[in-house]
Amino acid sequence: MSSAASNEPVSPTLVTMIPGDGVGPELMTSVKEVFRGMGVPIEWEEIHISEVSHQSASIDGLQESMSRNKVCLKGPLSYPEEGSEVQSLNMKLRQSLDLFANVVLCKSLEGVESRHSDVDVVVIREQTEGEYSALEHEGVPGVVESLKIITREKSLRIAKFAFDYAMRHGRRKVTAIHKANIMKLTDGLFLESCRSVADLYPRVEFDAMIVDNTCMQLVSNPGQFDIMVTPNLYGNVVDNVAAGLVGGAGVVPGASYGQRFATFEPGARHSFATAMGRNVANPTGMLLAAANLLEHLGLYPDTVAVRRALASVLRDRKVRTKDMGGQATTTDFTKAVINAAL
Amino acid sequence: RRVHGLEHQNVAGIVESLKVVTYEKSLRIAKFAFDYAKSHGRSRVTAIHKANIMKLGDGLFLETCREVSKSYPEIEFDSMIVDNCAMQLVAHPEQFDVMLTPNLYGNVIVAMLCGLTGGPGLTPSYNLGHHYTLFETATRNSGKSLVGQNVANPIAYVRAAADLLKHLKLTEHSNLINKAIFKVIADDRVRTRDVGGTDTTQEVVNAIIFAMDKELHAIAASKSVHSTRL
Repeated sequence: MSSAASNEPVSPTLVTMIPGDGVGPELMTSVKEVFRGMGVPIEWEEIHISEVSHQSASIDGLQESMSRNKVCLKGPLSYPEEGSEVQSLNMKLRQSLDLFANVVLCKSLEGVESRHSDVDVVVIREQTEGEYSALEHEGVPGVVESLKIITREKSLRIAKFAFDYAMRHGRRKVTAIHKANIMKLTDGLFLESCRSVADLYPRVEFDAMIVDNTCMQLVSNPGQFDIMVTPNLYGNVVDNVAAGLVGGAGVVPGASYGQRFATFEPGARHSFATAMGRNVANPTGMLLAAANLLEHLGLYPDTVAVRRALASVLRDRKVRTKDMGGQATTTDFTKAVINAAL
Repeated sequence: RRVHGLEHQNVAGIVESLKVVTYEKSLRIAKFAFDYAKSHGRSRVTAIHKANIMKLGDGLFLETCREVSKSYPEIEFDSMIVDNCAMQLVAHPEQFDVMLTPNLYGNVIVAMLCGLTGGPGLTPSYNLGHHYTLFETATRNSGKSLVGQNVANPIAYVRAAADLLKHLKLTEHSNLINKAIFKVIADDRVRTRDVGGTDTTQEVVNAIIFAMDKELHAIAASKSVHSTRL
């Protein structure tokens, strides 16, 4: 196959793909078709891992695929209604691949209506500890204790990730989100760790904000934020608020990074099960994530081509999925993107 | 070994914090929410949780809410995961009616709702217990940077005071104040900085008093017209 940018044959890069549950498979189909239509040199190794499907690939199988490919495009994984294990599949994947940093990119897109047009926020969330420790017990009937764990090591690691990200992407400020006025030891440790890392990056501004005030500020004045670095739970809430500000789960890309691997995925990880199979989901977020994956692989001309095609479809405002106030189907939108690239 | 409330550090650099959820308190707040819905003519209660991750803790909260909902068949009950809720609040806050939450999520949701409806200067809240009731603003911002400048928005506190009067069954007085506030902010548009105006705290207060005076005169005038004693 030849790359979109030149006519020289390029050997395709093998990338792991986890279609996921709910609308995941449909969104993946969209990516596959756009890439095929545009001649992007990617081959997919599909791993069907799921906590709600009867036949699921094993985590070992995924680990093995990732060890070879290093990079993955991932759809949302649903949570089972009943009979689930203490630790969710999502958590297991993050832990086993050590994907400690979740990055969600919330940027106002031309053509997507939303409350504010000046949003350009990056939420960097530590996603391997905090409130998601899966350490709960009912010591006395009717009294449940859930452990939240914060470590200096992981706090320093995510802080460094955030500041390195700021430097690499020319961003000016990192804001640590916390509730250290109440959780003085745990969030206090997180905040302290962020502060100590901030000292090593004098060119990046650093401040801190309490999580409830942050959510209030986000809905009233989001332009004040740049990069936000957060522990697990607050990051989950904040990145959903930020995603809502720019148009919702259908338009926001995200990624999870570890030292060895990277996965690219929609920013707000909702499987949208009610829309499954109805061809209504918006593939924008997944396509943006796929473009980011291409950039990560160094396939810059293809990255630009995909982004340009997508941006022109959005800007035209003619083909819009339901969440954007239109009637177009997922396949309509996909075709429009491919056509825009020609 | 550092201990602070329900937080402790057993090993240097590793801190644990305990979140405690009990059946008793979950039951209590759920019942409060449904009673509130019933007595205020609200049609739906939505429980906010993260039980897919905190299966035991938030699971207990959610289960308890469900159990209570069965005693109120006339009130609709549903639930939503907190992250999805946060996103929905930004895009479609009008879908929510009564929201029933544990401590932390409630804190964040209230802050968001304030941001969506004009900010911390407008919204009152109250805290209820078996013996006492405490009225205050919704977001508990102290406004440190505004001290002594006559720019702070008094409306949240005045509304909280009106709520206090209503609680004491001084309903007419409460309604008088609330009606005046609405007139001042919506019709006369006397507003402090935080809601887009240029008026001072004192100017807003004066406007409210003036509006109340006018209303009282209007009431007295209509009473004397209808009075049998001419």
